[in-house]
Amino acid sequence: MENNCITTVQDFKMEQPAKWCPGCGGHAVLAAIQRALPETGIEKEKVVFVSGIGCSSRFPYYINTYGFHGLHGRGAAIATGIKLANPELSVWLVTGDGDSMAIGGNHFIHLLRRNLDIKILLFNNKIYGLTKGQYSPTTPKGSVTKSSPDGTIEDPFLPGELAMGAQGNFFARVVDTDLEMMKEVFIQAARHKGTALVEVLQNCVIFNDDIHAEITSKELRAENQLYLKHGEPMLFGKNKELGLIQEGTRFKVVKVGENGVKKEDILIHNALDHDDTRDYMLVRLSRPEFPIAMGVIRSCEASVYDDMMYKQMAEVRSKSSIKTVDDLLCSGNTFSME
Amino acid sequence: MKKRVKIIERDDVVVKFAGDSGDGIQLTGAQFSDTSAFVGNDLATFPDYPAEIRAPQGTVAGVSGFQVHIGHKEVQTPGDLADVLVAMNPAALKANMRWLRPGATIIIDIDNFDSRHYKKADYIEDPLKDGSLEGYNVVEAPITEMTRDVVKQFGLDARVADKTKNQFVAGILFWLFNRDVKIGEAFLKDRFKKKPDLVKANLAVLHAGYNYAETVEAIEATYKVKPAEKGAGLYRNMTGNVAIAWGLVAAAERAKRTLFLGSYPITPASEILQELTKMKSLGVVAFQAEDEIAGICSAIGAAFAGCLAVSSTSGPGLSLKSEGLGLAVITELPLVVVDVQRGGPSTGLPTKTEQSDLMQALYGRHGECQVVVLASSTPANCFEYAFEAARIAIEHMTPVILLSDGYLANGSELWKIPAVKDLPEIKARLVKDDDPDYKPYARDIETLARSWALPGQPGLRHRVGGLEKSDITGVISYDPYNHEKMTILRNDKVAKVANFIPRQEVIGNESGDLLVVGWGGTYGALYTGVQEMIEEGKSISLAQFNYINPLPNNVSEIFRNFKKIIVCELNLGQFASYLRSKLPEFNYLQFNKVQGLPFMISELKEKFNDVLMTPENHGK
Repeated sequence: MENNCITTVQDFKMEQPAKWCPGCGGHAVLAAIQRALPETGIEKEKVVFVSGIGCSSRFPYYINTYGFHGLHGRGAAIATGIKLANPELSVWLVTGDGDSMAIGGNHFIHLLRRNLDIKILLFNNKIYGLTKGQYSPTTPKGSVTKSSPDGTIEDPFLPGELAMGAQGNFFARVVDTDLEMMKEVFIQAARHKGTALVEVLQNCVIFNDDIHAEITSKELRAENQLYLKHGEPMLFGKNKELGLIQEGTRFKVVKVGENGVKKEDILIHNALDHDDTRDYMLVRLSRPEFPIAMGVIRSCEASVYDDMMYKQMAEVRSKSSIKTVDDLLCSGNTFSME
Repeated sequence: MKKRVKIIERDDVVVKFAGDSGDGIQLTGAQFSDTSAFVGNDLATFPDYPAEIRAPQGTVAGVSGFQVHIGHKEVQTPGDLADVLVAMNPAALKANMRWLRPGATIIIDIDNFDSRHYKKADYIEDPLKDGSLEGYNVVEAPITEMTRDVVKQFGLDARVADKTKNQFVAGILFWLFNRDVKIGEAFLKDRFKKKPDLVKANLAVLHAGYNYAETVEAIEATYKVKPAEKGAGLYRNMTGNVAIAWGLVAAAERAKRTLFLGSYPITPASEILQELTKMKSLGVVAFQAEDEIAGICSAIGAAFAGCLAVSSTSGPGLSLKSEGLGLAVITELPLVVVDVQRGGPSTGLPTKTEQSDLMQALYGRHGECQVVVLASSTPANCFEYAFEAARIAIEHMTPVILLSDGYLANGSELWKIPAVKDLPEIKARLVKDDDPDYKPYARDIETLARSWALPGQPGLRHRVGGLEKSDITGVISYDPYNHEKMTILRNDKVAKVANFIPRQEVIGNESGDLLVVGWGGTYGALYTGVQEMIEEGKSISLAQFNYINPLPNNVSEIFRNFKKIIVCELNLGQFASYLRSKLPEFNYLQFNKVQGLPFMISELKEKFNDVLMTPENHGK
């Protein structure tokens, strides 16, 4: 990607305001992306936002780039076609928990497995918003919703777990209340070569208000969010007094200065490790025993599908005697008639 | 000692190879076809194989067949009845007895005709002794035994050795058709160039077969088919699936677009995907998707980004692509979907042919959702119609469904190789960078096609999607009048394609007693049947449709000049229903067949003669 075109926040703004509900987390994500993109150095003409169906999937209409609002669950497949057609484009997929975990589950896991250079923003509000309040594949078990009047009887998906299971190489988690965190992480996702999945814990003011309040509220967020940064100790709490250590195969929360725990004992986050065992443990951390892991949890290099495809094409082209369609038509067994 | 047998000179001969699905029948058939083409015969082939990869050995259900029709005269079908049958086991004999011409030559592998084998094929008595083969020239050849003897010296294991017995059969055929065995040698050397030890063994078996035929007394006559008069040029033996793949590659070159294929494997369309994965040197991006939906959706994405985008499939896959087709219709992007039809519904008859996806292609979507529908009608013209589908998709900014079928897909015929520069140029409706007048849904007056601005182009940022959009600007609109206007515009755009396609042709006189109407892959049988009846002095003509939606502009003119119209198709009457809705002023008789098999010329002629002799005037 050339860096000869300076863009500003204004370049990515539309004249019309976004039509999400007032107070919807979507507004903050949009603002964070509009701030992040100029810092990535990507030319504005090369950015394409692709989506499926749902509240989150209206995103392409609200940002001034090329955009494709697709079919329910199929954004990943459309994005794949765009990226393979023109690998120079910066392709962003915006999706929701219903769009990518339910109807589009197949495309979602295969995109991660193939590792195309596509960025995914997964708006996880744990509810179907646009169809007005049915439970989604990430809705907590037992939740009473429009389609589960007696509580859901399904165990929810954890997108991070699914990403690891699908051999994802970049997984990050952010909250829609922290603009700075979102911007930082979006920039890192943009710079990662390969599929980068960012789960946005998003609030739905209408159908699932305060679903993430335990993590996002002013009083609780310091203790309940562990903001991971590569190479830094896994510390959290108001004064960064809490930290994670590993005992056997499990994490344990400790307080620095208590029971002889020193700052040096705290685990250092290594997002680049190919072995995803610890990343897997981190995405599974859950309340009330643990804080929720935020930030870039995993970011490791791996071969990228679109790179490999074009490399293979170049290799075959250099070796093949078939350079034009005429060569093809006359190749192999032909018969001359008089 | 050289024996003397009579040589029968024929205008055409039909040969059928049949055996277990592991017997190398398809290879022997392909080899015989290539040899025929090499000596200048016209030809048509029809492979017919079970859906199972290795169906139970020795059973009738497990029989794999390959029929070749070669001719000095023009050959349009694989032929109704075989003049020569090669039956590798009793099941192969049983499955094919009813497709034999009286007096046909039957070459059997006698080593497989013991009681165990014929009982497996549900014969109660030995078919060689029960009198059922009376009147045929039966050659009881010890194919397995002699092949094993010959290959012993090469130290091959029994399994590999038995795989060479098809070359024994090939050797017999070379002699039976008075052909130079050197052609067969060249075929084997090329075929097994990476396995030299197999070349030696196969060559030895080929010669053994040839020598056997030369010495055995049982063969009563040999055949000679003179070269066809097809016109000078370079030809190749072409199957429908390969022709589609190549037609698309040629179209991409003439449109100066990258060819993108997003597909999921499905019988009988998989070869199109496989063929295009081999085209990397021509810049083809062939993507094997995780499912049919991802196949079409990736193609739609690629179309948005500026490719000639294609998704290939068969009936069940087309069902899954319905929603995607709707998206391509409302986003008005060029897209080609190839449907190689097979017996349905559901999994149906995966390896058999049928024309029963027509209604799905025309109407199988929600909303008012017209697409262009084309149908290829011979294995070789799959090239032409794949090219045409791409041309219409790109120049008219619309999805196009190309209907092929299992019969065209696997069948082959000789194809005169064109020069790519002689193919029409395809003019993509691209937009210049920074064009200040660009509006995503502004249209060309003649075609109503919108323009194609590609992501990455400066100054043209815009959004497309599945929501209804305003005329010209393309911004989302829920306005009722706008929706109606856009719906009509999208329909009119497809209808206007009729102004940019050739007029419908009639084979035979432009007026008469009976017009036979067909579409797609039934062409060979309908053409041959009608042609034979014209030669017999009947007042009959043929209109075979390749353009289904829209229909050519002159159809009504044609129909009104015939007393009767009969629509023949391999379904229960889908095209007939369509014609009734489009041109209700005519009366349409029907002839339908849903057996997973192509029409036979004899059954068509019988029906046409019946219709001609029935007094009532069914016409207008």
